[in-house]
Formats: sequence, C-alpha cells, structure tokens
Amino acid sequence: MRTLPGASRVVAAGLIAAALILVPATAALACGGLVAPNGTVNLVRTTTLAAYHRGIEHYVTSFTFTGKAAGEVGSIVPLPGVPTKVVKGGDWTLQRLVLETQPQPVADVSFFAAGAALSSARVLMTAEIDALDITVLEGGGTAVGNWARENGFFLPPDAPEMLDFYAERSPIFMAAKFNIERAADQGVQEGQGTPIHVVIPTPDPWVPLRILGLGLEASQVIQADVYLLTDRRPATLPQAVRSNGDPDQRGLIQEVSEEASSTLLRDLRSDRGMRWLPEDDMWLTYVRVNEEAGELTNDLAVDASGFGQPDPVAAGFQAPLVAIGPDLLPVAWLSILAFSLVLFIGAIARRRQVA
Amino acid sequence: MNTTRLRASVPVALLLLVGGGAVWGGVLDTGVRTVEVLLRYSHFEPDVITVEPGETVRFVVHNGDPIDHEFIIGDAAVQRAHERGTESFHAPRPGEMTVPAGATRETTYTFPPAPATLILGCHLPSHYAYGMRAAITVG
Repeated sequence: MRTLPGASRVVAAGLIAAALILVPATAALACGGLVAPNGTVNLVRTTTLAAYHRGIEHYVTSFTFTGKAAGEVGSIVPLPGVPTKVVKGGDWTLQRLVLETQPQPVADVSFFAAGAALSSARVLMTAEIDALDITVLEGGGTAVGNWARENGFFLPPDAPEMLDFYAERSPIFMAAKFNIERAADQGVQEGQGTPIHVVIPTPDPWVPLRILGLGLEASQVIQADVYLLTDRRPATLPQAVRSNGDPDQRGLIQEVSEEASSTLLRDLRSDRGMRWLPEDDMWLTYVRVNEEAGELTNDLAVDASGFGQPDPVAAGFQAPLVAIGPDLLPVAWLSILAFSLVLFIGAIARRRQVA
Repeated sequence: MNTTRLRASVPVALLLLVGGGAVWGGVLDTGVRTVEVLLRYSHFEPDVITVEPGETVRFVVHNGDPIDHEFIIGDAAVQRAHERGTESFHAPRPGEMTVPAGATRETTYTFPPAPATLILGCHLPSHYAYGMRAAITVG
C-alpha cells in the first residue's frame, strides 16, 4: 500500500484537541487521522474538554478502542506543560457537555479522541489506565519522533515538521496506545472509549488543533468539538467566528458562549475526578472545528484571565523567544561583564572630565 | 608524540586535507562529483539537481528526520513502479536505497548519455504524494 486512501472528509478526533495518530512501523502504511493497518481512515469525531481554573489546565478526552487494530494504533498528543497527574477521566463528563450544547441524541455521537530540543526524549511519567498505556515525554521534535519510532509507531511524512512545530513551544508530549492483551482481559469492546484526565499547571493554556491534520491531505476536513470551561469569559486566538446556523460552515465556529449553568456544573462535579470544578461562576464555551486540514495551521490559545490577550506564541502564530542554552551562558555573562565594564570606565572618564 | 612521528604525520595530514578538500569541493580525483542531499521534513534539499549526460555522481544522503526515507532515481515510469511496489526496504543499489532515520548513506549513479529529465523520489507510504520528490535535469 503506497498511497493514501481517498477519503475526502475526515471527522477527526481529538483530545486535548490533538492527537497524532501513528501506526507501527511493521504496518508500513500511510497514516491520516486514525489509520488502520489496511490503510483505511476511521471516521471519528473528537470531543475534548479543556478547563482552566486557578492556573491549572484540565484536559479530558477519550480514546476509543478500535478492536483488532487497536494494538496497532497509537496517539501522541502535544501538551502545554508537564502534567502533575494523568488519571482516568470521568465517565460522563464529555457526554454531559455534548448534551448541554448539542440537541442530537447521545447515541448518535461518537466520543473519541484519537486518540528546544533535547537530543533524546525523556520519559517523565508512565501510567496504565484500563487498557491504555500512557507515556509522558519531554524532548525536541526529532527526539520524540525517534522515541515513537523506536517504540513501534510509524509516523506519517508530515510528522517531523509537525513535531518540531509543537516542540518549539512546549517539549511535552503524551503518547497513548492500547494494550491489546489487557483490552481482551478487561473485555473492552470495539468502539468503547477510555476517558483520560490530564492535569497540567500552566500560565498559558492552549488547545492543539493543527495536529488533527496530521497525515491528512490539505483538502480533507477536520471536525472536532472543543469545550472550554474557564473562570471568566475567555478570549481565544484565533478568534472563533459566530455560528451562522449552517452545519457546513467552515472554520472555528463559536456555538456556545455563556455562563455555565448550575445544573451542568453540578452534574460534572459528580463525575469521577471532577470535584475540583467550582459549583458556580464558570464560563462555558463550545467551539466547533470544521475546517480543511490545509487551513488549520494553528492552535487555539486561550486567555482566561479577563485581559483578552491570548498568547500568539501559544497559538503558534509566532515562534517563541530562543532561550540561551547552557553552552552560551559563559559567553552571555562575559558579554554582560564587558558591557558593564565599558559603562563603568565611561562613567569614570566623564566624572574626571567634569572634575 | 615524538619528532619522527610528527614529521611522518604531516604529509598524511596534508594528504587528508587535500583529499577532503577534493570531496567537499564536490569532485573526487577520479572525476566523480559528490552531491550532498539532505532529507528534512520529508523533502529533498536541494530539490533541483543538474548533471551532465553520462556523468557519474556520488550522492551522499543524510536523513535529518526521525523517520525513514527512500532515495530513488528514475524516470516517471520508475517512480510509478515504486509507488505501486511493496518493498518496505531497499538494499543499496545504484540510484536506489533506503536511508534510515538520522542516518547517512551514499550511492553512486551513472546518468544516461542523452539529455533527460529524471525524478528523485521517496515511496514510503504517502511520502511521494506529500511532495517528497526532486527534479534531476540531465543535460
């Protein structure tokens, strides 16, 4: 198999809005969205909650077990910071959010989630959540790509550039893969989702969107649901456009922006691991992603501070300032010392002139 | 290092310097030109290469990506055959090889005596469609 399947419309997935779907090297197949070894693209829709409260970002998403192929499909998700914990998510959090904002029956919705540089990736954390193996990595794009390849993943041709795009802003990634034996032991059924809750302290929350286009042709359409729960009404970059009621409207469409209802918050708080959520005073935003992969070239930066200034670096519009590495620190200090010396000598000379 | 060994090493160093210069200058003493190609972000750099009809070129190919790539020289028919092919790995042979992630490989290829336009391509799944191809102008 040497060509991409001609799927014209891909309902992508996403977690934290972004899952990089990978198949093992042994499959040697094209990748795109969630790709099975026979090259077919699974049509799945992603639902993600990115909640931000008191400087902590809570990502909740769900990885869907795809049956026999599940052991050969994995995901890598870029994260905005180092998580303090990765645990099993609540059982109905995502479903409840969909009920709040979308009128269609729950049965019609597939909850899925596909799912600087260090010379080699460093494993920061591992976790087993039901049949999922989770690994949190720190490293540059090449290092993380090497780790993925060495651990049996196959990356599509746009992965190297995509991984660098994310690693320049945050060298933290989360890899997720179903363990087929544990899935069988636990009786995990095909299509069954495993919710994941990632807790990430970060000053600049963002939701990775561009990675949803990994392995896709530019004309393929990405669809995902992104929910934001924030202390205040957030500003986002890019700014989501208002919905015109057309289900085929392209772009990032703001379907809901309102104060979260007390019933919603109460329901969410009653789910596993959701007690951190305040009982009131939270703002609910629902952004529907319906965009061609070639146009979805940035992420969704969120400013929940109330100042209305989402970070263009977090959105991927600007490259981050390059930090001085340890190799250049002596040079930097010498330069500062030399500059200070020049200023000092100049000041003495001027004082003598005045005197 | 004693004086004798130092004296002996000077000509060797000069020889290496001259030899190295010849390589980096692009032409070996044998008359074979060396062209270095970088594979990065699933693209060939440079993406246009010009050679003389009948010229023998030594390609030194460095893969800067964390994924494997191929280096296949041929006309459109050759590229089509490889695109439909099932080989996941190419043993090195003139003008065709797999370059593993992060590795450097080389191949020496003699171009046809008549002017032609050839293609340099990678046919790992979806790489060619992604745009991993370069033009080789013979003539």
